This record gives sequence, C-alpha cells and structure tokens, in this order.
Amino acid sequence: MDGLVLKTGGWLGLALLALTMAVFAVDWPFAVHMTIVMIACLLVMWFTMTRADYAGYARGILKAPADMGEYDDDIIRWGVIATLFWGLAGMVAGVYIASQLAFPALNLNFEYTTFGRLRPLHTSAVIFAFGGNALIATSFYVVQRTCRARLAFPKMARFVFWGYQLFIVLAATGYLMGVTEAKEYAEPEWYVDLWLTVVWLCYLAVFVGTIVRRKEPHIYVANWFYLAFIITVAMLHVVNNLSMPASIFGSKSYSAFAGVQDALTQWWYGHNAVGFFLTAGFLAMMYYFVPKQAERPVYSYRLSIIHFWSLIFLYIWAGPHHLHYTALPDWAQTLGMVFSIMLWMPSWGGMINGLMTLNGAWDKIRTDPIIRMMVMALAFYGMSTFEGPMMSIKWVNSLSHYTDWTVGHVHSGALGWNGMITFACVYYLVPRLWSRPRLYSLRMVNWHFWLATIGIVFYASSMWVAGIMQGLMWREYGADGYLVYSFVETVAAMHPMYLIRAAGGLMYLAGFVIMIVNVWATIAGRVREEKPMTETPYNPAADRPLVGTAVPAE
Amino acid sequence: MSDKPRIDEPTGTRTVGHEWDGIEELDTPMPRWWLWTLYATIAWAAVYVVLYPAIPMVNSATQGVLGWSSRADLEKEMAGHTAKRAPIVNAIAAMPIAALPSKPELLEAAIQGGSAAFKVHCVQCHGAGGAGVVGLYPSLTDDDWLWGGDLGNIETTLIHGIRNPDHDETRLSSMPAFGRDGILDTAAINDLVSHVRVISRQEKPSAASTRGAVLFEANCVACHGTSGEGNRELGAPRLTDAVWLYGGSREAIAKTIYNPRNGVMPRWNDKLDAVTIRMLAAYVHSLGGGEDAPAPFSAPATAASAPDEDPGNG
Repeated sequence: MDGLVLKTGGWLGLALLALTMAVFAVDWPFAVHMTIVMIACLLVMWFTMTRADYAGYARGILKAPADMGEYDDDIIRWGVIATLFWGLAGMVAGVYIASQLAFPALNLNFEYTTFGRLRPLHTSAVIFAFGGNALIATSFYVVQRTCRARLAFPKMARFVFWGYQLFIVLAATGYLMGVTEAKEYAEPEWYVDLWLTVVWLCYLAVFVGTIVRRKEPHIYVANWFYLAFIITVAMLHVVNNLSMPASIFGSKSYSAFAGVQDALTQWWYGHNAVGFFLTAGFLAMMYYFVPKQAERPVYSYRLSIIHFWSLIFLYIWAGPHHLHYTALPDWAQTLGMVFSIMLWMPSWGGMINGLMTLNGAWDKIRTDPIIRMMVMALAFYGMSTFEGPMMSIKWVNSLSHYTDWTVGHVHSGALGWNGMITFACVYYLVPRLWSRPRLYSLRMVNWHFWLATIGIVFYASSMWVAGIMQGLMWREYGADGYLVYSFVETVAAMHPMYLIRAAGGLMYLAGFVIMIVNVWATIAGRVREEKPMTETPYNPAADRPLVGTAVPAE
Repeated sequence: MSDKPRIDEPTGTRTVGHEWDGIEELDTPMPRWWLWTLYATIAWAAVYVVLYPAIPMVNSATQGVLGWSSRADLEKEMAGHTAKRAPIVNAIAAMPIAALPSKPELLEAAIQGGSAAFKVHCVQCHGAGGAGVVGLYPSLTDDDWLWGGDLGNIETTLIHGIRNPDHDETRLSSMPAFGRDGILDTAAINDLVSHVRVISRQEKPSAASTRGAVLFEANCVACHGTSGEGNRELGAPRLTDAVWLYGGSREAIAKTIYNPRNGVMPRWNDKLDAVTIRMLAAYVHSLGGGEDAPAPFSAPATAASAPDEDPGNG
C-alpha cells in the first residue's frame, strides 16, 4: 500500500512539474507539449489507482504472480494495434503530401497543412511509429520464443511501449506546430530526444535482460540483429542530437556541431537509421518469421554469421555518400563511396538467406499469400540494396542526387521491404496472439499483396523516370554551352509522374486498409467462408517458455 | 530440441544442430559467387582508395596517386566552358549593344545565353515564358514598355534596376498616393477613374469623366501626358491602350490612384557580369515586343567601353 501511495504521488508530482514547465514556457508549442506530458502523467496516475489490487493489499499479498508458463504477450498485442494505427496515419499523410506535390493548392494556404510540416510527419510516422512499433512488438515476441523465457522486467517493458507512444505523439504534434531541429529523420527537439533516450535504454535493458534469462544455449541470429539495431540506434540518436537548448522552458535548441561537421554527423545518423533501423531490425524479423512461416531451416548458418558481421562493420561508414559533391572533404566522400560498394554483398547475404530458406517449400509461393509477401519483401530488399551502392558511386550520384530518383529508391525499400515484411509478420502474429483458428480471410491477404505490389511498381517506376528526367534536364546544355531548362520547367515536366506516384501510393494505402479490416475481423473472432489456401499450423502447447530449468551449458 | 546435427531431407544438407522454437539452421557453405563478389568489391575498394583522396592523416588526407580533387575537376570543367564561349563573349563585350542586330550570329548567341540566364534569374517574377503575372509583374512579350523597349533601354533597366533605394542611377519615379495621402477625395478619384476609362475607350464620356478630365489636367499630365500617352523617361505607363499591369477595371484603377504600387525590379550590375546582362537584354528584346533603337546609332568608339556607361534616367 505504501508503494501505491508513493507511485501515485510520484506521477502527480511529475504532472505538476509538467504543469510548471507549461506555465513558464517561452513559446506556445512547448506549453502544448508540456500539457500533453501532464495529461499523460495524470492518465498513468489514474490507471495506477483504479487498477490496483486493493483486495490483495488488504490481505497483505504483495503482488499477484504472473503465469510463468506463458509468454508475456500483452505488449505485443498492443504493439500490433499501434503498428496498424500509426501505419494508417503515416500512409494517409504520405498519399496527401504526394497529392500536394501534384496539386500545390492542397497545401490549403494554412501553415499546419503545408508540405514542409506534413512531410516529416509522414516520414516519422511510417519509419518510427509504424516501423518502430513493429520492431518493438516483434522483438519482444521473437526474443521470448527463441530464448524460451518470459520478458525480463515486465513493467519496464510496458513503460517502453507507452513511453514510445508518448514520444511519437510529441514528435508528431511538434512537426505540425513547426518545432524541428531541421535534421532529417531526427527532427524532434531536445526534450523529446531526452525522453526517447530514456525509453530506448529501458528497451535495451528489457531485451538484454531477456537474453540473459534464456533457456537456450545459443542466441538465435534474429536476436543478434535486434540487439545490433537497439544498441546502434541508441548511439546514433544520442550523438546526432547533442545540442544546447536555448531555454529549458522552450522548444528551441542548437546543435553541438556546426557546418559540414553537423552535416556529416547528421548523415552518419541518417544513413545508419536506414542501416540499423530499417535493415538490421527488419532482417531480424525476417530471420524469425520466414523460417517459421515456411517451416524450413534457415539456409546457411555460416552466411548469417559472415553477412551479419560484415553488414554491421561496413554500414556505419557509408553515411558520407549522402554528401557527395558538397563541402565535405574529398577523402570522406571517397570512403563513404567505397564502403557503400563493399556493403552490397553483406546486404544481399540477408536476401539469399531469406529466399533460399524456401528451398524445399517453393510451392508455398503459389499457395500461401503470406510467404508470397515475404518473398516480395526480400526481392525488393535485394533490389534496393543493389540500387543503393550503385547510387553511391559518385558518377551516378551526380545525376541522381537531389532528384526524385532518391525518393523512388527510398520507397522501393520502405514500401517493398519494410512494409511487406511487416505486413507478413502481422498476418503471422494476429491469429496466434489472439488465439484464433486462422486469419479472417487469406484471400484478402492476397488482395493486399497485389494492390501493394502494383502500387509499389507504379510508385518506384514513376519516380525513377521523374528523377532521371529531372537530373538530365538540370544538366542539359545547348550547343552554345548554356543551360537549356529552368527549374520550374523540370517541375512542370514531372507533373504526370507525380500523378502516377500518388496513384501508386493510393493503391498501397488501399491494400493496407484491406489489411486493417482483415485484422479487425480476425480479432473480433470472425472467419470468412472461402476456398482454403495453405496455412502454417500452430501448436499452442509448444508456444510456451521453459520453466524451472537452468540455462543449458554451451 | 534436437541438439544433434541431422540431414535435412528436401535439400540433403546437414543442419548445424541448434534449434530455437522449431527453427533449425542448415550448414550450407556460403555461395561461391557471393563470396567472390564480396572479395572483388573489397579489392576494388583497396585500389580506389590508393588512386583517390581517401585516408585521413594528422593534418590532411592522402591525395591519391591520380592527383584528382573535386575542386580541380570543377575548375577544369568551368575553364573548358569559359574557353569555349570566350570568342562570342569577347565579341559581344567589345561592341555597343545597339550594333548587335547587325551581327546575326552574335545576336543569336546572345539570345541563347540570355535565355539560359533568364531561366535562372528572371522566371521567378516574369514567368518561364516572360509573360509576367497580371497585377504583379509586367509581361515582357508585348510591345508595351514602361521604360523603353529598344536594346539600350532594356539593358539600362537591367543594369540599374527600377526604384532601387541603394543605387543612384536606378530608374526612379514615384506616383503620388492620391487617396492615401489625402490629395484627392473619393469622389474626385471616381471622376478621375471615369476619365481614364474614357481615354482607354472602356467607357462612354459622362459628366463624371468631364469632371475627371479637369482633375487629370491638374494632377496627371506631368507624367502621363496631356492625352494619357505616358512617358518612358519616367516609366509612366500609357493609359490609352488595353494593357494594364495592375488591372483596368474601375476598382483596379481606383486602387492604383488611391495607393500606387511603384513596382521594384532589382538591379543586376552587382550580381551578373556585363555580358550576361547584355545577353539578357537581347533575349528580352527578342521575346516579341523589342523595338528598334530610337535614333540611328552613331560612332561605335564612344559606346564600346562598358555597358555601365549607358545614360541612365534616374
């Protein structure tokens, strides 16, 4: 009971602190943010009081013991729902800003709805909110199964989930109010960065704690990738966001670095956000869910070791290729480029290991729509990780840089690889997490697959054409040695491509809406009458932690 | 848990012997093509870092055995372009602009160069085709010129700009704010509008326009001329035609008389070199409304030195 009083008092104290910060705020967005923090603290306080086991306190029981014979899956269920919720928000924002590029009137002449504010909302929502929730949820799922142990620090794990949602809300509302560090993919301001650091270190503690508690002698490859992702993102986040607030009651801060050093730090961060968030983290998902869904052994243990360590070692140096032909010294540009080229095969190692895991189960591509999504994800992963090193070559980069080719490249990776593998994993997880016989409809998964695939093809190919055309128009010289096109002429020429891109994005979004309906119906316990497709059987009896046995010796 | 390696049936490959939640791993060797391609990229990287600037040392980085640098590369490329253009650039610089039409190949080259410069510096206001924006920036494609439409006058406008407060030679004139400053009351402005719309043949004469004609005589003729024909020396627009920069409706004209815009164009002599400005003049002149020089041009010797010496009007 003393503990309960202490906890509620603590949350009330934090709420009052946030209120004080809001009152003394020097700019209104900071006041709004501190009000949001205060509301969050009051909500936690409310739940602490209402959910407390008063009968237990009365009888002197300290804590109702958790069922150690089951995995701790609450957070994973929340995470799946959060993934879909933020995914919808991020993809709607994406289709909207794509339409803004085709029809500028959609900026609505209103500061909160301009492209400049909605664009980071879109990128952060899909990468950090959709992708991040998928990574947190699947990592907690996978680490428990492959360690045969329940999550370490269950309360801290819950804090990680809700703390991360608060981070997302603060970041998103900040963008709309114009609060930004102006660093791509690292836009949130200093106080949001500090909060994320706390959340992330707790995430690391839960993950490592669970690995330490494992009942398996070895650590599965998926966990290497998850761990690399968590540790590296922590390091990247802290270094790139080193800054000095202008006031502790205000939302503005100034970076610790200046000029080209700031740019290089930013792209060291930015590229490794791609490398460790969108590549290593999602490869971890692939390494668990592909063999599970295909019911086949992983293709090559040796390949997974070599490609893991080469990927981890090489990726961290590739950032300078974002700064070709800038004030960055030539030597740094050279290193960025050669490390990117060497990164090609390590990246492809993951694709080979994923695709070849289907050896002996290739027929499932025809009959299992979830496997089909995984294969398409790996195919797009392979394509993007070839395209990336190619675009890092200075000669190619001089054409591609600053054009929409970059946008096409990012989206073939994001929509094709990150999106598709996430969809496949969520389809795998939902019936198992909610103990349903199967998904509401596998046919709808098939519809989702085709809408998404065709949408990506429209998106990526229109951006390739737009980007290459734009690059060629910018550098077009007439016979007299003068530039032929003005910038606005290149913009006008891209209009049809922007329409196709928006249409592709809309198809991808339509597929995602079908997924939400499907997942919703599955959770509601409905099963659609339809011609059966291949399903992967699930044995709930085997899906349990090992209790009571010590960690077996290596 | 199968802790012993076994042979996987469909592939005939041995497993490693580990198992996690039902997942096993095969002991397949790394694909040779994969491994050799990885080695090849590493070997290529090793060669590349020797050839190009790459390894950071204490005070600077290795320069690379090829001696390449991006700055030298850019300088070389720019020097190549400059050398290629030099004959034409020098010829254009050496002659008075009014003589340009007598050298068709030079005129053509000037128009090309001006077109490129226009796309960078002028389209923001005057539009990609020079059509301007109604109510904001004049069209350069018609033959209605505020400050003169022959090559020399266009060049002067470009060099010195219009109404640049920091520049003595800028083109300068200022229409009084008749309404805002209380020179004329609303009724008088309305009468004046009627008169202006009569001389521009948009309205039939009326009692108001007759009163307006008297006001026009008293307030406007000094710049716009007795019959509203305008004056290019002062950038005063002709009021008798159908071209209206800020609109020719009753409301628009009344607004202009109440509080004139006195539009500004930047001067370019502090931003662009003399030849580029001259090329821009040739390009704008070629857009459709270019006029011949008002007086036959005399001796080339006087005007040959620099375009900055063109007589300004301000």
